[in-house]
Amino acid sequence: MAVLIDAKTRVMTQGFTGAQGTFHASQGIAYGSTYVGGTTPGKGGTMHPELNLPVFNTVVECRDATGANATVIYVPAPFAADAILEAIDAEMPLIICITEGIPVLDMVKVKRALSGSKSILVGPNCPGVITPDACKIGIMPGHIHRRGSVGIVSRSGTLTYEAVAQTTAAGLGQSTCVGIGGDPVKGMDFIDVLKLFLADDETQSIIMIGEIGGQSEVIGAQYLAEHNFGPGKPNKPVVGFIAGATAPPGRRMGHAGAVISGGNDTAAAKMEAMAKAGIHVADSPSALGSTMVKALRK
Amino acid sequence: MNIHEYQAKELLRRYGVAVLEGHVAWTADEAVEAAKKLPGPVYVVKSQIHAGGRGAGRFANDPNGKGGVRVVKSIEAVREAAEAMIGKVLVTKQTGEQGKLVSRVFVEDGCDIKRELYLGLLVDRETSRVTIMASTEGGMEIEEVAHNHPEKILKVAIDPASGIFPYHARKLAFGLGLEGKQVGAFQKFVLALYGAFLELDCAIVEINPLVVTGKGDIVALDAKVSFDESALFRHKDLEALRDDSEMDPKELDAVKNDLNYVALDGEIGCMVNGAGLAMATMDIIKLYGSSPANFLDVGGTANAARVTEAFRIITSDVNVKAILVNIFGGIAKCDMIANGIVEASKNLSLSVPLVVRLEGTNVDLGKKILAESGLAIIPADNLADAAQKVVAAVKGA
Repeated sequence: MAVLIDAKTRVMTQGFTGAQGTFHASQGIAYGSTYVGGTTPGKGGTMHPELNLPVFNTVVECRDATGANATVIYVPAPFAADAILEAIDAEMPLIICITEGIPVLDMVKVKRALSGSKSILVGPNCPGVITPDACKIGIMPGHIHRRGSVGIVSRSGTLTYEAVAQTTAAGLGQSTCVGIGGDPVKGMDFIDVLKLFLADDETQSIIMIGEIGGQSEVIGAQYLAEHNFGPGKPNKPVVGFIAGATAPPGRRMGHAGAVISGGNDTAAAKMEAMAKAGIHVADSPSALGSTMVKALRK
Repeated sequence: MNIHEYQAKELLRRYGVAVLEGHVAWTADEAVEAAKKLPGPVYVVKSQIHAGGRGAGRFANDPNGKGGVRVVKSIEAVREAAEAMIGKVLVTKQTGEQGKLVSRVFVEDGCDIKRELYLGLLVDRETSRVTIMASTEGGMEIEEVAHNHPEKILKVAIDPASGIFPYHARKLAFGLGLEGKQVGAFQKFVLALYGAFLELDCAIVEINPLVVTGKGDIVALDAKVSFDESALFRHKDLEALRDDSEMDPKELDAVKNDLNYVALDGEIGCMVNGAGLAMATMDIIKLYGSSPANFLDVGGTANAARVTEAFRIITSDVNVKAILVNIFGGIAKCDMIANGIVEASKNLSLSVPLVVRLEGTNVDLGKKILAESGLAIIPADNLADAAQKVVAAVKGA
């Protein structure tokens, strides 16, 4: 089954005729995904010069004409919140925003607009989502993936690739990989993706990769402790890693960052919360695959 | 992007936030002139650096002397305080041991302090909303208060759709035990501050302490403001407030080349794509028994020129005994990175061992370019292999 996207997903691209939109749509098509068109305001009614797919002015027009049920956004940061809001307004079921550097207060508005909407947002500032051999939406290198049983959720793009390479090398493969992105205000968080993985038959184990800062890994770990581990529960093995154990405390001006977190957002505090919840914490970023192999033997 | 206290107060004043009268001074003479414009008889002379803990901090040339914020009672004492600060290095809890050079002071009107409170605004990751935090425990120990007594931190999250209302501020005011005309003054202060936060695309605004005066006024005694770097494109005027002298020269160099770099005190220079992988690379270097000289994320859109700049910055650090390049290509293509490495090696005549691990997009092409370059590069197959090899290279040197 996998989660979020599969072979039936019909993908449209916002920022379709730009360099990024063009390149990554062509990569997605080469991977075998179904890309159906996209938007570039002002170029509606034309065909994409390289991809031979229709270009529309608005998301609604594109959705209605192509039957797209997922949209990926490569629009530059100053205009990206506008693009996400247009997609929410068009009731796109799945919105994946790759764009890096969106102003935080723009995302605060987007997050508010998402609540009660018919859309799920992944990102921004993320590599995207891939269900191997079925659908690739985003900027990840497709060839390192193999269809398999590990669900991967990560805040870091390139560390996701690390987990993918290691689970591929271990012969396990991936069900779906979701890069939730590193921004402070974003769409899906660990807990949202973990819920999907627990309910998905194909996902037999999970890798979650976090970073210092924020509390979302701890909240995700607590969710697993309650809903995954224990008699009568799925008991899917989970491997965790937190990057930034050696990162120096940032040179700060004031205290507000530490006051909001209560000082509980360090790598050590998060790894402890993960271990306490029953997650196998990898001590090295190179041990994600091997830790999973060990966890599966138990 | 951080700014100085005097700049923050000047900005906040424009949004109707209550601040004391004060003037910036670059010399002791200017400090005297600044003091003469104030009513007196009490003046406060404050060192202007991008770090907290100035009052409790000490000057490197006078470790047993007074701190970086001094309350004085005559114009002559203003001169003495300014002379003791300008051109001197101030070391505080937040500057690190090396401290920061004070190039200017802020001379401010004295104030009759009845109570010291804490007020902070930021975007809370957990609620995805601008959150106002307040506490009766103003001062340096606020972090310990937050850790040990989280119930003493009052929080109000603002719904971006409906915005802020007076009741948000009243909730905090009564929670802080304010009374009488203090409540109205606090309400006005908080609404004005929230307005400034939104208008200026702030990342953090912190008023610590926020003071209740003898007369019942509410006024910002200190102000720390930092802006969301991603939003500066719509605030061109704020760029003028950037103080390059507050940054590590290597970090400044990196910013100008669109590189995300943080100088550290270890011996292995790192060049990685992606912040998460860059942090994980530092972690694994430590795990294998050495320490990183820097954090460096070349980003997804790295090109050969940027890789060369990255190498130049890494090798300008005299502590670097070996370099580890760890690239997992997604957007970044391995062949392009490899070309950058070859180019940089030619231009910079590298004298330290270089371990390169390439994986991902166009990896075979990248490896071929490195192999055919004739450079003495130590190739690595994976992250663990790369870390082992670079640590061995340092230990062997």
